[in-house]
Amino acid sequence: MAWLGLYNYWIVVFLMMAGLYIVIARENLIKKLVGLNVFQASVFILYITVGKVDGGTAPIIAEGIEVYSNPLPHVLILTAIVVGVATTALGLALVVRINEAYGTIEDDELEERERET
Amino acid sequence: MAATVFMIVRLRSLFAVVMLSGIYSLLAAVMFVVLDAVDVAFTEAAVGAGISTVLMLGALALVKSEEKTPERTAILPLLAALVAGAALVYGTLDMPHYGDPNAPAQKHVAPTYLMESVPKTTVPNVVTSVLASYRGYDTLGETVVILTAGVGVLLLLGGRRRRRKPGKEGE
Amino acid sequence: MIHHLILRVVAKLLIPYILLFGLYVQFHGDFGPGGGFQAGVIFASAFVLYALIYGVEKARQVIPDAVLRVGIGLGVLIYGGTGVVSLLLGANYLDYSPLAHDAPHGQHIGIFAVELGVGITVASVMATIFFQFAGRSERDEED
Repeated sequence: MAWLGLYNYWIVVFLMMAGLYIVIARENLIKKLVGLNVFQASVFILYITVGKVDGGTAPIIAEGIEVYSNPLPHVLILTAIVVGVATTALGLALVVRINEAYGTIEDDELEERERET
Repeated sequence: MAATVFMIVRLRSLFAVVMLSGIYSLLAAVMFVVLDAVDVAFTEAAVGAGISTVLMLGALALVKSEEKTPERTAILPLLAALVAGAALVYGTLDMPHYGDPNAPAQKHVAPTYLMESVPKTTVPNVVTSVLASYRGYDTLGETVVILTAGVGVLLLLGGRRRRRKPGKEGE
Repeated sequence: MIHHLILRVVAKLLIPYILLFGLYVQFHGDFGPGGGFQAGVIFASAFVLYALIYGVEKARQVIPDAVLRVGIGLGVLIYGGTGVVSLLLGANYLDYSPLAHDAPHGQHIGIFAVELGVGITVASVMATIFFQFAGRSERDEED
């Protein structure tokens, strides 16, 4: 069952493409941000998957445990999650301002209104 | 998880979409626990399912919470996503298998961190010691990014009372 | 939101424990899962809960905007300042070894200080962002 070892990566690819599809295909700006979050989470899962070691436990040193998972991806993703939510908040703030200025958050309607003015 | 994402793609009510993205985050957190990343799972549960859902709802209160139905079907984006996905799956065929202790990622600096953390920093949680000590510069940068995002939100959303009144006169 | 008696009482019971848990996560991050990033978010979520139930204006009286704004900068300053201190003590920037009598304890203190800085910044930024979004919708209702 060699292909089972790659199963996690395929989940990641599916989630990533779903996120990408939402970002490209949907016109609603908030939906786009949700899509970005989905994409982001799939990248997180990819990193954590790479760090997993068979039979390992969480990387907190304790007596009697020999095998730990790789701590480095955990560190990178830990900071990335918090930075991700900060940037999402910035994006939402932009959406709110756009809504106030144009009265819509649909991409194509925005373009129309831009042309009118 | 895949089902949640499918529903996020299909649903038009943004309220439901935001709730589903919270559930998606929780599921991701569970997955991180299974993959031994307790710190990450902790953060994902607190941030993804907690704060970011609340923020999204806060933003939804300010804008319309219903997405309009698109007039055209989105064949081209679907095609683009499928092609890119196929390319990525092809790429994974060469990846080291799940949990392989001999993968390149496991052989580089990680063993050093695991061996040295307790003698050099007296901190048993390796994630914390790598975060704050070995990779202090990275974390400093991340903190500055958060600072910048906070300042950005303040600039965009703060002090609106002053600005709106001249805007009204202009209309 | 003002009249939900049960919510108000339960929130009043919960908030101290959320704050306590945030502090525990902050200072116990060396030994168990946790650290500045998580603690900051948990700490902020206590204020978010308070604001959701008692209203943003009340929450702003509890923790004024000025405090949050100082907190945003202060956290980064603590982080950068730790680096400068070790620079002054003759080591590289952000090398905590000379902060105590021997290198491992110095590292421990350095990690502690840095995590504190991260925690303060994250908590202030998250609370600020939430107050901005929520405060905006409440102002809309007033208009």
